[in-house]
Parts: sequence; C-alpha cells; structure tokens
Amino acid sequence: MAFKKQAMIDWATRYKNLLSGAQNDTIKRFYGAAFSDKFAAIKDVPFVAMDFETTGLDSTSDDIVSVGLIPFNLQRIYCKDSRHWVVRPRRNFNEGSIVIHGITHSEIDDAPDFNHIIEPLLQALSGKVVVVHYGAIERHFLNTALLLRLNEGINFALVDTMEIERKALKARQGLLGWLFNSKLGSLRLGDCRQRYSLPVYKNHNALTDALATAELLQAQLSHHYREDTPISQLWS
Amino acid sequence: MQAEQVEIAQFLAQHPPFDSLPSKAINELAQQVEVAYFRAHTDILLFGQDIADLYVIRSGSVEMYRRNGELDNRLTTAGIFGQMGLLMNRKVRFPAKALEDTLVYCINVELFNRYCDEFDSFADYFETDGNVRLHQAIVEQADGNDLTTAKVKSLIHRDVVTVNTDSTVQQVAQLMTDESVSSVLVTDSTKPINDDPEEDDGQVVGIITDKDLRTKVIAHGLAFDTPAHTIMSTNLVLLDANAYVFEAVLAMLRDNLHHLPVVQKRRPIGVISLSDILRYESQSSLLLVRGILAQQSIEDLTHYARQLPNVFVRMVNEDANSHMIGTAMAVIGRTFKQRLLVLAEEKYGPPPVAYCFIALGSMARDEQLIVTDQDNALILDDDYDDELHDTYFQNIADFVCDGLAQCGYTYCDGEIMASFKKWRKTRAQWFEQFAQWIELPKPQALLNSSIFFDLDGVWGKTKWADELKIFIAKQSKVNRVFLANMAANARNRTPPLGFFKGFVMEHNGQHKRSMNLKRRGTAPLSDVIRVHALAVGSRKQNSFERLEDIIEAKLLPQGKAQDLRDALEYIAMMRIRHQAWQIEQGEEPDNDLDPHLLSPFEQRNLKEAFAILEKAQSYLKFSYSANSGVK
Repeated sequence: MAFKKQAMIDWATRYKNLLSGAQNDTIKRFYGAAFSDKFAAIKDVPFVAMDFETTGLDSTSDDIVSVGLIPFNLQRIYCKDSRHWVVRPRRNFNEGSIVIHGITHSEIDDAPDFNHIIEPLLQALSGKVVVVHYGAIERHFLNTALLLRLNEGINFALVDTMEIERKALKARQGLLGWLFNSKLGSLRLGDCRQRYSLPVYKNHNALTDALATAELLQAQLSHHYREDTPISQLWS
Repeated sequence: MQAEQVEIAQFLAQHPPFDSLPSKAINELAQQVEVAYFRAHTDILLFGQDIADLYVIRSGSVEMYRRNGELDNRLTTAGIFGQMGLLMNRKVRFPAKALEDTLVYCINVELFNRYCDEFDSFADYFETDGNVRLHQAIVEQADGNDLTTAKVKSLIHRDVVTVNTDSTVQQVAQLMTDESVSSVLVTDSTKPINDDPEEDDGQVVGIITDKDLRTKVIAHGLAFDTPAHTIMSTNLVLLDANAYVFEAVLAMLRDNLHHLPVVQKRRPIGVISLSDILRYESQSSLLLVRGILAQQSIEDLTHYARQLPNVFVRMVNEDANSHMIGTAMAVIGRTFKQRLLVLAEEKYGPPPVAYCFIALGSMARDEQLIVTDQDNALILDDDYDDELHDTYFQNIADFVCDGLAQCGYTYCDGEIMASFKKWRKTRAQWFEQFAQWIELPKPQALLNSSIFFDLDGVWGKTKWADELKIFIAKQSKVNRVFLANMAANARNRTPPLGFFKGFVMEHNGQHKRSMNLKRRGTAPLSDVIRVHALAVGSRKQNSFERLEDIIEAKLLPQGKAQDLRDALEYIAMMRIRHQAWQIEQGEEPDNDLDPHLLSPFEQRNLKEAFAILEKAQSYLKFSYSANSGVK
C-alpha cells in the first residue's frame, strides 16, 4: 500500500518486557499469550473488535458502562463468540446527563462491578489483535480500570480503524489537496462505513459498535491492503 | 453468556423466510451468523468449492452464474444464495460474485438444517430453489386433483390385444374371453409398414367390440367362421396417449363410442373403454357440451352461452389445471362452432362442395380461456367455383361468425375470420399459402400469420386440416430461414421484468400499474414453444403436448423444456385464477394483474416463471439465427 511509512512498534519485544514487569497472574497470562508475530500476514491474523460505552471521555474521572467484543478475521466475523457486558460505574450516573445506548438504568443498577469481568474480558482478548475505532478511549479506559482494581495497568497492540481511514483519506486527498487544505472527510464510525457501502446501524450499544468496527476493518483491508500485508504495518 | 445482535436480528426479522420465525429463533440466528465483506467484483463462491453456509445479503448486490458462465440471477439486499449447494452435495452449484461492495450473513449448514427441521415455513422456503421451486409449487397444486388431471395413458394397464383381419369371429370371441377384454384391434399384416415413424399405425385397420359381436354376428345369424374384417368398425376415433381422461370422455360422448384406441404418435398402445373412465367424469363442462348440442336456434345458443363463465369458475374451483381448463374451453368453443354450422346448413342447405371449418390460435392449441376472440377460416374443396359457390360460403361464414359473436366470442381484430373472403381458400390455395409463408418468409407477414401455425379442423373434412398440419410440420422443420424469422418474432413480446428482476408495470387505460399476463406471459411462451415445435416437426398444436415432443426430440438442453412447461402452467393458472376471481366479483374478466395483490411467495414464483421466459427468448436468439445451423 501507498501510505507513508511510520515508525513501527516491535510488539514482540514490548510484550516480553511487559510480561517481565507484570505481577498479576491474569495480566501475566494475557501478555504470555499475546499475538506478537509482526510478520504475520493480515489474512492469518486473529482479530477481536472491542468497543466501550463510557460515562464520559476522561478516563480518570469517567467510567466504563459496557463492553462489546467480537472476534473475527479477514474472512469472517464470528457472532457466536461475541460478548457483551454491562458494568456498574463507580459514581451514580443518574446524576449526570449521560446518554448510554440501549442500556436501562435498572440494568446498570443490577450490573456487577468491572472487577468481575476482568478475567473473562482478558481471556476473550487473549491471543488476538484488538481492533477499535479511535484507540485512545479503549486503551486508556482499560488501563485505568485495571490500575484502580489491580494496581497494575495494561497495554496491548491496537489496530485503529479511524487511523486507517485517516491515512486512506489522506492518500486520496494527495499532495495538491493537502496544499490547498481540502477537506479530509468525516472519520466518524458511521461515515467511514458509508464509504464502503456498509449498512447504517441505528443501535449504538457497545456490541453493535464492535460489530460495526469489525465490518469496517474487513472492508478497509479489502480495499486498501493486500491480504499478505504484515500486521506490523497496521498496529500501534 | 451470549450477546444479543440487535442489528442483525432486526434485519432478519424484516425479510423472508426469517420473518416467519418466532423472535426467539431470530435472535438465536442473529447470534450465530458469521459476517463477511466482499469488495465489488470479487468472487464469493467458486464453482465446485465446498460450501458450508447459507448466504443472506445484508447490503450490496451479488450476481449468480450458471456453470456455462451465463448470468443466472442478480440478488440484492435480503437476497439468499447457496441453498442449492447445501441441499445438493455441499458443493457450490452457482458461482457467486459481488457486483457491488457487499456484506453477507453466513448461516452455518448445521444451523440451517436444524431450522429447516424445526420450522416448516423455513423449510418450505428452501424446499427447492429457483425453477425447481416453481416446479414444486405446480406439483403441489396438482397433487390435490389427480382425478381431474389424469392422462389416458395412465389408464392403460395392459398391452393392446389384436387379431388379424382373416381371423374368424369365433377366434375373436375366444381371444376376448381369454384376455378378459371387451374389444380387440384388428390388424392387417399385408398393410405396408410406413417408413416414417410418425406415420406408423401398427397396421391397425379396425376395432371389434362386444357390441359388434352381438349386433353384427349373433343378431344377423352370421357363421362362426365369418372373417373378422367383415364385422370390424373401420372409422377409428383415436386418442393421443397424452390426452386427459376428460378429453376421452368428451370424444366418447361426441361420437357415441364406448371404446377408444389410444395411440402414441399413430401407433395404438391400448384401448380404453367407457367403464374404465366413468369414475373420472367431470360433470359441469360435459353437461354444457351436451346442452350446446341440444340448442335449436342462435337465440337459444346465445342464452345458453351465458353459463360459460360459471362453468369456467367451477372448473377453477375444482382445481383443474390450465391444460384441462384450456381444453374444456376449447371443446366448448368447438362445440358452439359445430352447432352453429349445423344450424347454418339447415338454413342455407347442404354445401355445394365439401369444406372444412378450421379454428386457429388459442382454440386450436386447446389453450382457450374465457376472454377470447374468434380466429377461424375455411378450407374449400378444389372443385370450388367462385362464381357459383361464394355466396353460399359467405352466408355460412357470416352465420357462424355472427353467432359466435353473440355467444361471447368477439370478432377478431386482425380480421382473421372465415367471413373474410381472403380466408376462404381451396385446399390447393392453402398449401400454396403455407408454402409461401415457410419458403419465402417475410418477418412482417409472418408476424400476422403466426396464428395460422396453430390450426385445428372443427367441422366437415377435418382430415384436410390434418393434411395441412403434416405439410407444415414437414416443411418448417427443414426451413432454417423460416424458423429464424419465427424465432425473431417470438422475441417481440418480453416478460414484464426489470433489470433487477422487479416487475415492470404498464399503464393502460383504467388498469393502472398492472401486467398483462397474456401479452407478456402466456402468449410469448406459446410463441417460443411453437418455434421449437416447428423445428422438431411436431404436429401437435397444444403447447404442453408440443413440449412433450420437444423433450422427446432432445432439442433443448436438459430441463429447459420442463422449465418452460412449469412457467407456462404457472402463468396460465395465475391468469385463469385472476379471471375466475373477476367473474366472481361481477367484473368483466381481463388479463391485467396487479402483482401487489399476490403474496410474496406467489410474486417470487411468478418472477421465476417470467425469468424462464426471458431466458428462453434469449436462447432463441442464438439457436435460430438464419446463418447458424439449427440443431
């Protein structure tokens, strides 16, 4: 592909270092099983799309309310292995004017603390490359949530569909477009999907958005990348 | 814990066959599907590949191909493919390619099978695919009424019993006793065997029945050694093996016979007797035919003809198939003509020279429905003298055509009626006319005369009509340019399908947004079938019987003729039911149907039937071009 090269993170070394510094068994297991082969062709990489619903955008003061996960690869998205958790935020979110998609207040009141889903969540992510749309949210929120509960944060390789889209749009914009500052186009999940003729989804719970993200990556990869592209070109 | 896939479930719930599933089952399905994205112009399924999923198009469009690369179908959102492969041997039957960027839901075969087991409506949808599904729909319709749709050949349970012409009547009686039959056919071993298999009559020259032995031998005190040929009946009324039991009854009634030899081509394969078929008698239409023959004046006939719509509706409600209804309506139409000709001859005296009244078009094909116009002509003896005889035949023809019009058979717009002098020709002139059409075809002239290639003798020297049929069959078979012209004309009227296989409606008069099932459906199908029938030298007139000949001649690729039959039956039945419904509603019956009045299932089948017509028309293009060889 024709996008500008950027410094690549060597996740194999990174995971090794993270593992050696880790204390918690669950986190150790996660690092130990992490997918780290930077030469793997994207057609052979197991992905998992992840989306969080949060009470706000600041991971230090806001909380995760739900988590959606769906494993996939370049060929298929596997709904039967998808997961969806609702968790109770630390502060009562009734107080704020927060819109949470598709979750009722009583569901939240009955939901467990995030503590209860750490184990199955990391288990589900294990050995797969995490895919998100706008990586900062999931990466920071998950790190903060674990720091709070296990006194130990987490880091992992991410493929960000928003970043891929931004690069694709820039490549399309070209030098002239850049010089004349032409508009790049929206990077919102729904707008990105439309460029690939993907259907419009009206529901926005964490699982639907995870599915939407997985479909988007399949579409982006089939449009912009050869299937033997090494995964190291995509993750960060 | 399994997560609910809201978007997928909502989508499935809106589209067949999933919309018939309980919501719990839809949710489970949504949780189990696999999703896949295909960029435009990439392959989704390759021929022969293993297939383990049913594919549902979520967005985009997909083209399916036949093995020979021919485009088979184009599917869009909610379209389903892959079922053929799953139902056959789990190998891809129809390769699929994304036409646009496409997102599909894949349903695993185990899940698919489980849902087929658990939900009848789901299974029914997939029971069969495409043309096979249409075939299924027709078979299901036919299942309920095998009594009315039985063919005479199904009544033949034993070989034909024959005696030679010089057998004695005693030997005949002994043989009939030994074989427990009430009739025997008489063969003449000295009769030359015809080389043409079409003409092979098995050397049969006559029939002897129980009744003949009683009335001709015993009553007259003839000697036991009287040769068989002296008492046999030679005026054989033959019945084609593909005729319906119903037609046999009509023939027996019409000619007051109790035994009918059944022939394949012309060779007898059995004899059916009145007792064989009494239980198959279909009441209403027979009574009407009897009634017609009893009417003594045009006024009485006209009055009587008002029952016709009721008989039609009753037959539809009795679940008769289209061939049967078409035949019954044609027999009734023929009976009207015969009765009118008898009345005409009573009024104007016996004919000065022999003649044959012929029916053309749908009536000759036995495909007449309730809304029909009269198409007819006269064949005159070669002794005909225009100055001396024209007035007589003009009178007769006017009498019949006017009478038919009063009975509800409207005058022919194209002026193809015996009342026009140009359609009263001598035998020689008719041969000349057909030779000209066939040997020097002009597209426009043929367009107007295609109706003459469906002809049937109704009254008088009906043998002359048969001679013409034989002439046409023999000439057209070898005349490539003629066939090419007929084929080109048969492609004029296209089915009402759009690019993406949606219905295309017409705005005609008060019938806004409707499709003409005759002009856009049954008529072009009959046209296509006629071309193939002429190409194989078939002498049959009825489209279904023509298809039997076409199948036997192996003219078309495997299954194509059967597809045509199913398509014709489906569209014809749609048309018939539409008309019956209109009659019951007190409306004037017509051929214009609004497809939105149909169920999704009927719409799909109708589309498939039209798609078959579309393919058959494009097949005509390359198989009958004037330059290429005809198979």
